[in-house]
Amino acid sequence: MRRILPVSLLLLLAFAESAAAFCGFYVAKADTKLWNQASQVVLVRDGDRTVLTMANDFKGDPKEFAVVIPVPTFLEREQIHVGEKAVIDHLDAYTSPRLVEYFDGDPCRQMVMRMNKMAAPAAEGLAAGARDDRARALGVTIEASYTVGEYDILILSAEESAGLETWLLESGYKLPKGAGPVLGSYLKQGMRFFVAKVNLEEQAKGGYQTLRPLQVAYESKKFMLPIRLGTLNAEGAQELFVYTLTRSGRVETTNYRTVKLPTGMDLPVATKERFGEFYKAMFGEQTRRENGEVVFMEYAWDMNWCDPCAADPLSEEELRKLGVFWVADGEPGPSTGIMPRPGPKSGARDVFVTRLHVRYDRDHFPEDLRFQETGDRSNFQGRYVLRHAWNGTSTCSQADAYRRTLPERFDKEAQTLASLTGWDISDIRRWSGVPEPAEPGEPQTAVPWWKRLWNEK
Amino acid sequence: MADPRLLQILVLSSLALYGAFGLELEIRPFHAAVTVVVALLTEAAGRRLRGEAFDPRSPLITALSLTLLLRTASPGVAALGALFAVGSKFLIRARGGHVFNPANFALVALLLTTDRAWVSSGQWGHVALLSLLLVGAGQLVIQRAQRGDVTWTFLATWSALLLARAAWLGDPLAIPWHQLQNGALLVFAFFMISDPRTTPRSRAGRSVFAVAVAVAGFVLVYGHYEPNGLLFALAGTAPLVPLLDRWLPGPVYLWNRTTETHHATHPARFSPAAPGLR
Repeated sequence: MRRILPVSLLLLLAFAESAAAFCGFYVAKADTKLWNQASQVVLVRDGDRTVLTMANDFKGDPKEFAVVIPVPTFLEREQIHVGEKAVIDHLDAYTSPRLVEYFDGDPCRQMVMRMNKMAAPAAEGLAAGARDDRARALGVTIEASYTVGEYDILILSAEESAGLETWLLESGYKLPKGAGPVLGSYLKQGMRFFVAKVNLEEQAKGGYQTLRPLQVAYESKKFMLPIRLGTLNAEGAQELFVYTLTRSGRVETTNYRTVKLPTGMDLPVATKERFGEFYKAMFGEQTRRENGEVVFMEYAWDMNWCDPCAADPLSEEELRKLGVFWVADGEPGPSTGIMPRPGPKSGARDVFVTRLHVRYDRDHFPEDLRFQETGDRSNFQGRYVLRHAWNGTSTCSQADAYRRTLPERFDKEAQTLASLTGWDISDIRRWSGVPEPAEPGEPQTAVPWWKRLWNEK
Repeated sequence: MADPRLLQILVLSSLALYGAFGLELEIRPFHAAVTVVVALLTEAAGRRLRGEAFDPRSPLITALSLTLLLRTASPGVAALGALFAVGSKFLIRARGGHVFNPANFALVALLLTTDRAWVSSGQWGHVALLSLLLVGAGQLVIQRAQRGDVTWTFLATWSALLLARAAWLGDPLAIPWHQLQNGALLVFAFFMISDPRTTPRSRAGRSVFAVAVAVAGFVLVYGHYEPNGLLFALAGTAPLVPLLDRWLPGPVYLWNRTTETHHATHPARFSPAAPGLR
């Protein structure tokens, strides 16, 4: 059955079970179904020059794949490229929220994203000549037609949305309800449509097992990401990760608030076993508290270093593959040492990465995301701390005093976790081994009464 | 009648506190202090050079506006902002008064010259809408609507443009409604474009001015994807105010009609009959 889940890339986000050592070891393990639908895009931007990379992890039959993306300008053949998924995975790992264990270095969590379940069809589309005639009759202009890597790509413009909608439907795309007006709005704003399908011959020739990311380079004042077609999807809120690579500083949205993900908290040590769940629950709870109206910043860092490192910074070669055009050729890449770098080195690349994470739907995100680059180069990361208690057997007055502080500390960690995630504190106490605080005569409540007062679902 | 500037100082201070603690705007206390000190010093120096009495109220308002809107990681840029703002009052003058709203001038100058300054227009979010409307309205009441006409004409024009755009594009009403709820838009409308000293003197002139700013801002924001389009539009329209005053004359605005000490409000010197750069 042919389906198109339009434009906005629907991805599967997953955590890999990974134990690679960078600066310590990963402590996070999570199952592979963390997010069912998530898209990842990388936006490289300096001045009006933009390179957009869209991850593609479509796992179905390649002939079922098709994607429709609004783009701000006409694109020449050379402006379209097919990239490598591994680089996006590396960028994802480098910017992931991380779990840190004290006593043992900085464990981090690696996250691997999968993506994309776009759409559809057009396996038995019209022959090229007939296709063009039919398009003309409907007021649709096929401005260009390219084969790039394993993809057949069309650049479309149209006089009005009805013709475009008809053409797309006739060409085998199953558009979601309400797509017409949105297509019309983009057309009137002067945008083109980038339509890609898999060229099965090329794919077989190249021997590609999975579909590689599509990249487009263009010059436009529009520093934005079209998400409106994605909001038409009946399947509810969409998960989107935007990585930006810029020169002067972090990127924020100008028409929605950009909020930092809570970070730096001490959590029960047992959280280690369920870091993926924790991250997902925390993100959901924080989104809920912000009424689902904000974009979260999960990472903002100078690309020359990290501390603690969830993965090494990207090499210059990788950055160029993502389209960071201002990184000069031939310069030595960063050292691949496994310890955190203390700070930018001389000859450093001026690349600043921002990772934004947004859960959007039509009610809370009526408009496309608009961005601006700021001059803020301060570093930010989602980082969560596990403090292993000392459990030696020595006896002295300090040790006794230390042990007396532990129950309170453990309980506080459990409460922090409950507050961040909205999880039930009794459950947390149970699996983290924190005893319920003993207050004779008083029934135990999960959270202090004042937290319940304003924290209601 | 009480000097509206005192209330404005109170309102802007409250907004800065709310922004810092309620909205997590990155308002740094040190930057705020630097901005206030440099604004006051620049004002003192400027008044002294002109042989006038020092009054801290205007530079305080300017410093607070900058604290609310100017984002930078560098205290030097914050200081420069205050210097540009208050300095522009003494250096860029026409018909005996300053031309640009000081904070607006500094923001535009910094945005154009450095990538270390920015304005976080999205960070005001939507939760702030009600409170901003309330304080903004309170402010207008106190000003006895002397310049409320600018704010409301501007907002009406801006809304009409957004609605017209949505209608033309076939967009749902949720989109212009979302665009109108932008907190930064309300800060601009209530606390910057309404500056009585840099708006035209006559009601008709002010209406023309407000419409011009709205139209220019709309073209910049939605035609050219310039997130700070309104700030540029106001700075670009301000030099037309002396011309508007010549075309549509009106009385000079006095902050405080009983205890006016400002050079710039001396009526004989600034009558519309004697315009020009001084």
